[in-house]
Amino acid sequence: MRWLPALFAIMRREALRFVHQRERFISALVRPLVWLLVFAAGFRAALGLSITPPYQTYITYEIYIVPGLCGMVMLFNGMQSSLSLVYDREMGSMRLLLTSPLPRWWLLTCKLTGSTVISILQVYAFLATAAAFGITMPTVGYVAVLPALMLAGLMLGALGLALSSFIKQLENFAGVMNFVIFPMFFLSSALYPLWKMAESSRLLHNICAFNPFTHAVELIRFALYGQFNFAALAWVLIATAVFGALALWGYDPARGLIRKRA
Amino acid sequence: MLRHTALALILSVSPAFADEIWVSNEKDDTISVIDIETMEVVRTIDVGERPRGITFSQDYSVLYVCASDSDTVQVIDPETGEVLHELPSGEDPEQFVLHPDNRHLYIANEDDAITTVVDTQTRKVVAQIDVGIEPEGMAVSPDGEIAITTSETTNMAHWIDTKTQELFANTLVDSRPRHAEFVRDGSELWVSAEIGGTITVFDRETQAEKAKINFEVEGVHPDRVQPVGFELTEGDTHAFVALGPANHVAVVNAETYEVEDYILVGRRVWHMDFNADRSLLFTTNGVSGDVTVIDVAKREPLKSIKVGRFPWGAAFRPTN
Repeated sequence: MRWLPALFAIMRREALRFVHQRERFISALVRPLVWLLVFAAGFRAALGLSITPPYQTYITYEIYIVPGLCGMVMLFNGMQSSLSLVYDREMGSMRLLLTSPLPRWWLLTCKLTGSTVISILQVYAFLATAAAFGITMPTVGYVAVLPALMLAGLMLGALGLALSSFIKQLENFAGVMNFVIFPMFFLSSALYPLWKMAESSRLLHNICAFNPFTHAVELIRFALYGQFNFAALAWVLIATAVFGALALWGYDPARGLIRKRA
Repeated sequence: MLRHTALALILSVSPAFADEIWVSNEKDDTISVIDIETMEVVRTIDVGERPRGITFSQDYSVLYVCASDSDTVQVIDPETGEVLHELPSGEDPEQFVLHPDNRHLYIANEDDAITTVVDTQTRKVVAQIDVGIEPEGMAVSPDGEIAITTSETTNMAHWIDTKTQELFANTLVDSRPRHAEFVRDGSELWVSAEIGGTITVFDRETQAEKAKINFEVEGVHPDRVQPVGFELTEGDTHAFVALGPANHVAVVNAETYEVEDYILVGRRVWHMDFNADRSLLFTTNGVSGDVTVIDVAKREPLKSIKVGRFPWGAAFRPTN
């Protein structure tokens, strides 16, 4: 079995796709920066936000929003790689991939690893740019956040894979934007702390607390401050397992794609 | 991790050897004692009504507390937290300063437009000096020759000759002066004005205005920028100035009188004190009821520690 060459080949393809689509990299960088430098400016909170863990003292809104924007980079990237799979299917290159003798789950894992690595690179590019604008995290956080980013990337990548197995056509991707990305992003702790949500609506707060994206963001937020959030980790692991299982089921040759196509 | 373990070990062996910051809680009638190593409140001591100004004697054997609504200055044993006795203070004592002789307290009586001088050994009032309306800020020059009272409503700094206990000069400052300090071995007097939003620097010899420091916090309305307490770093190179409801502490270059930085702290920051080597600064944040710890070298807030309601004054106490 040639497991590792398959991994490298698929990752290389992901990397090539990423490098060749310079607009994609720039947009992946510009999108969170617009939020950070424009949206956050409107909510600047010069007088400081109340203290919530992991923060030990008062912070400005720019500082609060950074982990959420890291999550956003990964969310968009996860969906983008799902889009590329739908594209692959339409172009026929997926059939080529799936005819490989290697097990389906390994191929999907390779794809997932590739897209996660790409999104981690994007997050670091974003953090570096934010730091250039004076919005910095504790030094240890930049290292501690790596495992958190890996997990969050895997979870959102798995979600993208699961979705791609159910999306038949490229045109339907707009639906993914409306029904997955936006609700996931806005109904989370990325833009506002959960206690703030609880003030306006208990129901919205509960939805936010259930949203796995909230936990991915919190995992990143705590890691950026060199701290560990067990609850968020558990949520992210469970969600990754569920999304991963869905993706496997969706791509299962017996009942998934191939049979439907046949 | 290793550092934490070492720290925990030291603390468990000698818990009494960490330096402390004592904070008066105006609304709770208590004092919160913060352990500087763990940055946690380790003791809460009941005192008189509305404690505001607090200061230790030079050898740290007693603590003096202005219990404003009890109309007295309490003398407290810092080891036991017990009130040893009370000093006559005149009505509504708010701030005070201990003379370098370690014996005389100069107390501002907010309601009476008087500065009271009390001998802490005989426990008697030595003098009462008429000053402007609502006296508040108090300072004594390092050589002990001059005492200063600032009056909130008259908007003046009153210069008192400590030998005769009489006023020898009055200088106008901006609206509502709150705090005064002698700087650079007593050659300069700094006075903060809460409503005026400035600090005025006077030359001690001529009592003439030497400079004026202005503050401007981005995104905060100028009305909220209200300088109150301030402290100077080692060597008097920089001043850290509490800006009240602007929720920031300004870092002022004491040579050029320019503001170099603003540090975000809790709500309505009032007074402050340093640790032993002046590497950490502890600010009292009245409305949010906490104390923010600032890394002086990095000019970054490290942590905010919950204390009682409306923390007002802060005083450092070494324990080793």
